[in-house]
Amino acid sequence: MTEIPPEADARPAVQRPVERGRATAGAGRLAALLVSPALLVLTIVVLYPTLMALKESLYGPKGLDPETGFISATEPFVGLRNYAEIFGEAGARFWNAFWNTTFFTVVTVGLETVIGVAMALIMHQAFRGRALVRAGILVPWAVPTAISGLLWRWVFNSDGVANALLGRQILWTTEGFHAKVAVIVAEVWKTAPFIGLLVLAGLQMIPKEVYEAARMDGAGPARRFWHITLPLVKPALLVAVLFRCMDALRMFDLPYILVGAQKHSVETLSMLTQNEASNVRFGPASAYAVILFLYVFLIALAFVRLLGTDLVGGAGAAGGRRRGGLFRRREATA
Amino acid sequence: MTTRSKTTAAALAATGLLLAACGSGSGQAGTPSFEGRGPITYVAGKDTTGTVQPMLDRWNKAHPKEKVTFIQLPTDADAQRQQMIQNAETKSDAYTVLSLDAVWTSEFAAHRWIDRLPEERFPLEKMLKPVVETSRYRGDLYAVPGSSDGGMLYYRTDLLKKAGVSEPPATWAALKSACAKVKKLPEAKNMSCYAGQFQKYEGLTVNFAEAVHSAGGQVTDASGRPNVDTPQARKGLDFLTGSFKDGTIPEQAVTYQEEDGRQAFQAGKLIFLRNWPYVYSLAQKSAIKGKFAVAPLPGLDGPGSSSLGGHNMAVSSSAENKATALDFIKFMTSEENTRTLLRDASAAPPYASLYDDRALVEKYPYLPVLKESILRAVPRPRVVQYGDVTSAVQQEAYAALTGEKSSAQALKDLQKTLRKAVAR
Repeated sequence: MTEIPPEADARPAVQRPVERGRATAGAGRLAALLVSPALLVLTIVVLYPTLMALKESLYGPKGLDPETGFISATEPFVGLRNYAEIFGEAGARFWNAFWNTTFFTVVTVGLETVIGVAMALIMHQAFRGRALVRAGILVPWAVPTAISGLLWRWVFNSDGVANALLGRQILWTTEGFHAKVAVIVAEVWKTAPFIGLLVLAGLQMIPKEVYEAARMDGAGPARRFWHITLPLVKPALLVAVLFRCMDALRMFDLPYILVGAQKHSVETLSMLTQNEASNVRFGPASAYAVILFLYVFLIALAFVRLLGTDLVGGAGAAGGRRRGGLFRRREATA
Repeated sequence: MTTRSKTTAAALAATGLLLAACGSGSGQAGTPSFEGRGPITYVAGKDTTGTVQPMLDRWNKAHPKEKVTFIQLPTDADAQRQQMIQNAETKSDAYTVLSLDAVWTSEFAAHRWIDRLPEERFPLEKMLKPVVETSRYRGDLYAVPGSSDGGMLYYRTDLLKKAGVSEPPATWAALKSACAKVKKLPEAKNMSCYAGQFQKYEGLTVNFAEAVHSAGGQVTDASGRPNVDTPQARKGLDFLTGSFKDGTIPEQAVTYQEEDGRQAFQAGKLIFLRNWPYVYSLAQKSAIKGKFAVAPLPGLDGPGSSSLGGHNMAVSSSAENKATALDFIKFMTSEENTRTLLRDASAAPPYASLYDDRALVEKYPYLPVLKESILRAVPRPRVVQYGDVTSAVQQEAYAALTGEKSSAQALKDLQKTLRKAVAR
């Protein structure tokens, strides 16, 4: 955002007497005019809250005056202590939440990718009742997360369907690894269709002739999948996986509703942040939120730089994609 | 904010004036003056029974210049608390009269989110004493009880009678022996004995505190200091952990909230159930209609003590038209209106007299038991950091119930965490 000062660019350009320069200046001014509302909105809804959270994270919780029994009116400035405490004694809960978040992200996104691609391959086949199957697969994605949390809590109840199917009593919503499993099952059920949908869109872009040629050359279904389908669908798949990763990293409502608040086996960073804020400790809560923000940002950056995810889509799927994503994004905003 | 509190302090010191109206409240400097009349708002959780709006309509008709608008918050108590805190932290005047959960009083008072109230304006002496206690902070009145709630023991009269048990159990030992007798009946073969609310949530804090108090222990002492690492408290927690081990409480009860237990009881899976009064009318409409009754909660050596529920009404310190707010609270907590709330929403009233009202008792046969339960009740810890205290209690009690820790170890750890939480 900062590298595009639109007005500054536009003004000197206007004074240039060359005719061609004037034309670009006019276009630049128009571009600045068109983009500035978006930039303004972004500043208000993204930049300002982020800076406020950064500032708030430098303050500690308000103290209780034992004499009067009242909480002091101001928050003490503690500098980086909220961050430092993560490495101290109070850090156990943070690291637990951090590993839970990471674990959920890796496992659910991994499973979702495999299942989602399988779903897309099924949806892509031509067969009777395809529309029905497509609609059926997409239903979970349409259900709001909070509702699907309630739904799965019912399934994982002590007298619920899950135990009836398994034929033994597992108390899913208590602490323990089984609680993690419950969250993973519900999350994968809900979001695999999203990957399926994006991959399906990618599959439909692949021309039929490529497959025909491969078949002529004697490539079996497995080879065709590995050497044609997967590479050609990769851009779409990577975008889907990136979106899912960012979503999974800030997972909150599903474990909160399905298993419950304060459950250490499923507590994620978002839940920890919410818990601190609800106990009127906004400083530490902001610190956790900032760390989560950085974590998500780093993952997104890694995707863009290492895997060459094309966030904007469109032009130049082949070659130079390694850094293309980032550069194209700048061009698109400028 | 700093400058403002500095000026407030300076003004206080210099003139000795009460700066109640300035929004941040004057705290230790006595009761704020309740001034200003005009429209106000009443903020409470969603009214699922439809009893509140008619009440407000009656007030609005009588006070056309001081109209009350009803702001309904979500049903979930945590969400209500969060919205009220947000309103207070931004010093907004959108909320005037707050309907607070009984356990929030200390926190809201200590943060000066609510004003200290003049005691002489309310008929507190007619109310049940433990209920009035929940609306005090450090001895001062910060809210007025609007409703109360107490736990009761639901039991199957038909099965107890058949097994030859004539009276509901008053002690835990009696409860276990009654169960042993009932379990010998062929129709009770697949039943479990007892359940409460043992999932890791606020209900566990309620049930844990009840067990500890019913064995003569305490969670925090009168001045809010934790005192839970005692032999008495241990006997209380041992009752719960022991019952899980010997099967008195079924294994899956560790996932039970209020509704799970109610459904199990109504489905004939439980002989005894600890729950709130709301269950009574619902169970009357179920398969066990006429086959159950209520009794006070049992304890170690005699009747136990319940935890208190209920809602108290307070005035937001950043609100306007506080004179109207005070009158409105008086109106809402009047005997007449709490009677309506009992009749239409089955909310337990704070007034002692209503529990002895013959017409009401006929309609709600549990009222005498509920009164006894409330009179013997002990509030949950009345501390400023209630959120931290309740999560510590849930953490340790749950570890003990699931066998992760021994009762002794859990209580020892709890005492340590509580001391840290309260010192914060």
